[in-house]
Amino acid sequence: MILLKRIIKSGFKNFKRSGLISWAAILVVTITLFVITTIILFQAVLHFSLNQIKDKVDVTIYFNVGASQDQINSLEDSLKQLPEVASVTYTSSDEALALFRERHNADYSTIAALDEINANPLGGYLNIKAKEISQYETIANFLKGDSLSVSGFNSIIDKVDYNQNKLVIDKLNGIIAGAQKLGFLITLLLIIISIIITFNTIRLAIFFSKEEIGVMRLVGASKMRVRGPFMIEGAIYGIVATLITLVLFWPITFWLGRNMTSFLGLNLYSYYLSNLFQIFIIVLLSGIFLGMVSSLLAVRRYLNK
Amino acid sequence: MIYFNNVSKVYNKDSIALEDVTFTVKEGEFVSVVGHSGAGKTTLVKMILAEDVPTEGTVFFESLDIHKLKSSDLTKFRRRIGVVFQDFKLLSSKTAFENIAFAMEAVGKTEEEIRSDVPHVLDLVDLGNKANHFPYQMSGGEKQRLSIARAIINQPEIIIADEPTGNLDPVNTYEIVQILKKINDLGTTIILTTHNKGVIDSVKKRVITLERGKIVRDDKDGKYSI
Repeated sequence: MILLKRIIKSGFKNFKRSGLISWAAILVVTITLFVITTIILFQAVLHFSLNQIKDKVDVTIYFNVGASQDQINSLEDSLKQLPEVASVTYTSSDEALALFRERHNADYSTIAALDEINANPLGGYLNIKAKEISQYETIANFLKGDSLSVSGFNSIIDKVDYNQNKLVIDKLNGIIAGAQKLGFLITLLLIIISIIITFNTIRLAIFFSKEEIGVMRLVGASKMRVRGPFMIEGAIYGIVATLITLVLFWPITFWLGRNMTSFLGLNLYSYYLSNLFQIFIIVLLSGIFLGMVSSLLAVRRYLNK
Repeated sequence: MIYFNNVSKVYNKDSIALEDVTFTVKEGEFVSVVGHSGAGKTTLVKMILAEDVPTEGTVFFESLDIHKLKSSDLTKFRRRIGVVFQDFKLLSSKTAFENIAFAMEAVGKTEEEIRSDVPHVLDLVDLGNKANHFPYQMSGGEKQRLSIARAIINQPEIIIADEPTGNLDPVNTYEIVQILKKINDLGTTIILTTHNKGVIDSVKKRVITLERGKIVRDDKDGKYSI
């Protein structure tokens, strides 16, 4: 306990006395944490955009006019039982007509033609959303399958628009998978580069203490007593860099929120504020981990004796 | 207390630092090791501190084979030795007080012991008014006195002084030698390496003379004679 107290005290004292070297290390850790925070926000935008795109994709089953309600209900139930299906919404033929009228209320000739028929020419339809874009294929296969014709559903179905959407769905599937893979690779690469730079800067800072480490060992200090204060210093770099990073992102996200919301589709300022605590924890832990591990590895070189 | 048994240290075939060195240091002795630069004095000190490993032979501290100690045992062993270096080897980022306090912390002394003992030992080496000075704010003589204060604070069984007067003027040299003699009078074993004739002649104790890594003379009441 007394050792821990001394290590922490020494760490703070060393940090204060190292002056410019401490601030150089903090600057580099800040850059790394800046990259990590940028990646978090980038992932949020990517995730948000992909979700929006995914939300626009669906499969619709159009029924013949006069299709029996029982059959429609039973098809709806069997679709809901598919594990791939996220939701099924039924729009009856009356609702479809109302929606159609609403959509074309400025188009007098169409409305007049509709009034002329004096009957509802539209069938109801089922709108199906899958949990994942890749699962639409399975749902489409189910609709084509034998079970459907056995149950007589084929007779009530006018058309399924999956095939028209198939190309778009397939393309989207590829783009989304690619975007996610690319995002992950860029993240990984940037983080590795940042870690290497941080590690080298901290190693340089500790290099100046190389002689002192040797003297401490000669005086009879244990490895932990020598290593500890450097690790505390590393943790302080992480904590200070976290605070600087989070403060820097305040005006940055504010500007992005005000000027880029329509382009990004997401207000980054409100996202940043509402997720500040989670971002703080991720950045803080990354900073402390980076600082402590870099210090640990750097001191280890000089601790052999 | 210390036993060198046929110790050789060969860096490469053109650089033999120690060759077949055998000698014993008894408890309470004051032994000066003399020799020209490159005679092997510092290598000999490194052997005792286990900073370097012999190519052949063994070095014992009482019953311990120094070079077979595990890392944690080595730390404990070093706490039994006080070391004074020519270049002082003080912790430059710590004040005079903290330099000594660090050595006490290393052996697990309490804050109370540190608070009471450090000012006392600083007074002993006449640095009472420099407790809050950093090494760069002190003269060579003051740094060496601080380094001696650090070496004796934990009452070690032996003090090794490697050319402690090498960077000092005659007045400071005299002071340092007097301090070392006083410490020896109080019962601590001292091994002093030097090539300063005045130092050897004023100590008037056992002198081991090294030449090209070999012991060429071991006189009980030695004088400087190279």
